[in-house]
Amino acid sequence: MRMMGHFYGKLSGMDSGPHCVRRRNDLGGKLVTAKTLFDKVWERHVVVPETKTNPATLYIDLHLIHEVTSPQAFTVLRERGLKVRRPDRTLATIDHSTPTKINLDGSRPYVTAQAKTQVETLLANTEEYGIETHGWDSDNRGIVHVMGPELGATQPGMTIVCGDSHTSTHGAFGAIAFGIGTTQVGHVLANQCILMPKPKTMAINVNGQLAEGVTPKDVILAIIAEIGIGGGTGYALEYRGNVFEQMSMDGRMTVCNMSIEAGARCGMIAPDETTFSYLKDRKFTPEDYDAACADWASLATDEGAVFDKEVHIKAEDIKPMVTYGTHPGMGIAVDAVIPAAADATDESALDYMQLKAGAKIAGTPVNKVFIGSCTNSRMEDLRAAAAIFRGRKVASNVTAIVVPGSVLVKARAEDEGLDKIFTDAGAEWREAGCSMCLGMNGDIGAPGDLVVSTSNRNFMGRQGPGVRTVLASPETAAASAVNGVITDPRNMETAA
Amino acid sequence: MSFQPLKTVTSRTLVLPLTNIDTDQIMPAKFLSMTTKAGLGEHVFANLRYDANGNPTNHELNSEAGKACEILVAGHNFGCGSSREHAPWGLTDYGFRVVISSEIADIFRNNSLKNGLLPIVIEKSAHQWLLDHPGEEVTIDLDTQQVRLPKNGGTYNFEIDAFSRHCLMEGVDEMGYLQNQDDAIAAYEKARG
Repeated sequence: MRMMGHFYGKLSGMDSGPHCVRRRNDLGGKLVTAKTLFDKVWERHVVVPETKTNPATLYIDLHLIHEVTSPQAFTVLRERGLKVRRPDRTLATIDHSTPTKINLDGSRPYVTAQAKTQVETLLANTEEYGIETHGWDSDNRGIVHVMGPELGATQPGMTIVCGDSHTSTHGAFGAIAFGIGTTQVGHVLANQCILMPKPKTMAINVNGQLAEGVTPKDVILAIIAEIGIGGGTGYALEYRGNVFEQMSMDGRMTVCNMSIEAGARCGMIAPDETTFSYLKDRKFTPEDYDAACADWASLATDEGAVFDKEVHIKAEDIKPMVTYGTHPGMGIAVDAVIPAAADATDESALDYMQLKAGAKIAGTPVNKVFIGSCTNSRMEDLRAAAAIFRGRKVASNVTAIVVPGSVLVKARAEDEGLDKIFTDAGAEWREAGCSMCLGMNGDIGAPGDLVVSTSNRNFMGRQGPGVRTVLASPETAAASAVNGVITDPRNMETAA
Repeated sequence: MSFQPLKTVTSRTLVLPLTNIDTDQIMPAKFLSMTTKAGLGEHVFANLRYDANGNPTNHELNSEAGKACEILVAGHNFGCGSSREHAPWGLTDYGFRVVISSEIADIFRNNSLKNGLLPIVIEKSAHQWLLDHPGEEVTIDLDTQQVRLPKNGGTYNFEIDAFSRHCLMEGVDEMGYLQNQDDAIAAYEKARG
């Protein structure tokens, strides 16, 4: 099996770009350029610099692919007689169209014949082009954004792309990671590069002490509510401040995952000891790990570096959050009342959600609960949900499903006995996959259902026609499953 | 060449005034399991165009007049959410060549440019005029980067990067351009080990 190459330790010395400032440091008055994390990683990957008439050609270290957004790209390769330039920098899995149940005879109940064909097409394409693939027989099969970090393929300082907007997840490791369309999947397969102008940078500073019971999901929902669903359009975000420094990697991934829900293609957090200890001894971890870590540590934004925009949020102001509308920016504290509609679109959102302005969101009856997705399907998420479910039952009016992010997460959760806690509570414990986040595999709600979901998008009809999605943390989702109504998890006692 | 060159477009507009129309609305996930691009125009905005039983609604998108429109005008922040290129594939297969809004999400914008669909972000007053005057005949001139509104609506400039403009006007895609950079890419790979 091929190992990924590792690029570190060499600064390219490219132009510092428009949002770096030259300043004198304290060491002998020498001119140094203060750069952001984004600038540093970007500069390392410029193959051909941006000009007035042409975008930059940016090298891609890791290309993740899955069954939904790759088949037409392989078709283009075939039509043009092109090879995959770096199969050793490409990793594949199947996640979106995969069933999360297994039939009694061991077969998998695909939602349509086309879904099965799509999965088989991915497996055939990657076989033909020699791409490492985590298919049905791999312990690492799972949601592509759970798999990459789990294998240690995701590393600080990398550029990472995938035909999936939640590729921003990998920014949690200090990588520039963003979603691309299928045309660009083809570009990367053939050339290992993409063309793009450099985005602007925005610092999201969250400092202070998070209150008890406030989770990373609540932090990111609060950020999106603050800057808006389009607030990050055109920007690369960097999450900064003690709240992120103190957060685990699972938590950081939850935060970076939803950068795109504020319109930002990419969101990053500086790599630190938490990052290094997470990546140690994983499959693709560099052999000279100390040297790699020393290099990665140098990527952090320099003191004095200037962002195009800065946002400051006080940690103390953040409460457990839920959404009440039809996009992720429509979020409020779970103990708040539903705000009045600002315009006709807001009004239609409230109509769709069958919610009334001025009413409390807590107490709204729930039909389904989904715990999973690339946002919240990792061990910490499952442990948090299990802590609420332990010794309790899912309310009789609710169907709850728990879908681990990968085969490995599933196995680890079962080792800890979490599956037993879920099934004892009356929740279903499923096979790994994207599942009900977008319902491509047939895991959807019924029209009119209110689903409390740990996923990332509450768009109209995303979880099935007429389904009303309320985004929340695993804790809030589990508490709502138990009580049968939207519930503030701080009101649920958990065993220490 | 992967799409028809786009220099000028003169067409009536089809207006969808809702804000934050996401790519799930443009192309619902159940249509993403295809392994080709063919026929996605039938499914574009499926939730507006078909009822629960799959029968066509009387939405303008299903009318002959609607199907003749090459310019889509949408509310603020069009194309947010999923990176699915099936959204612009569906819009172009339906017949749209231009989409105009006061804000267009990054990934959707990027995907559109690669499929001969011109995304135009226009200033608020012109956007409002377009929302208020559905079905008017509007001219888009990519060479001069202008939107010309009828009935004294005025002429407005729009921004587009030089490279994307060139690719749209000549009908070229980026694959060939990247292939021509093979030496630079190889040198980069060698330098970094």
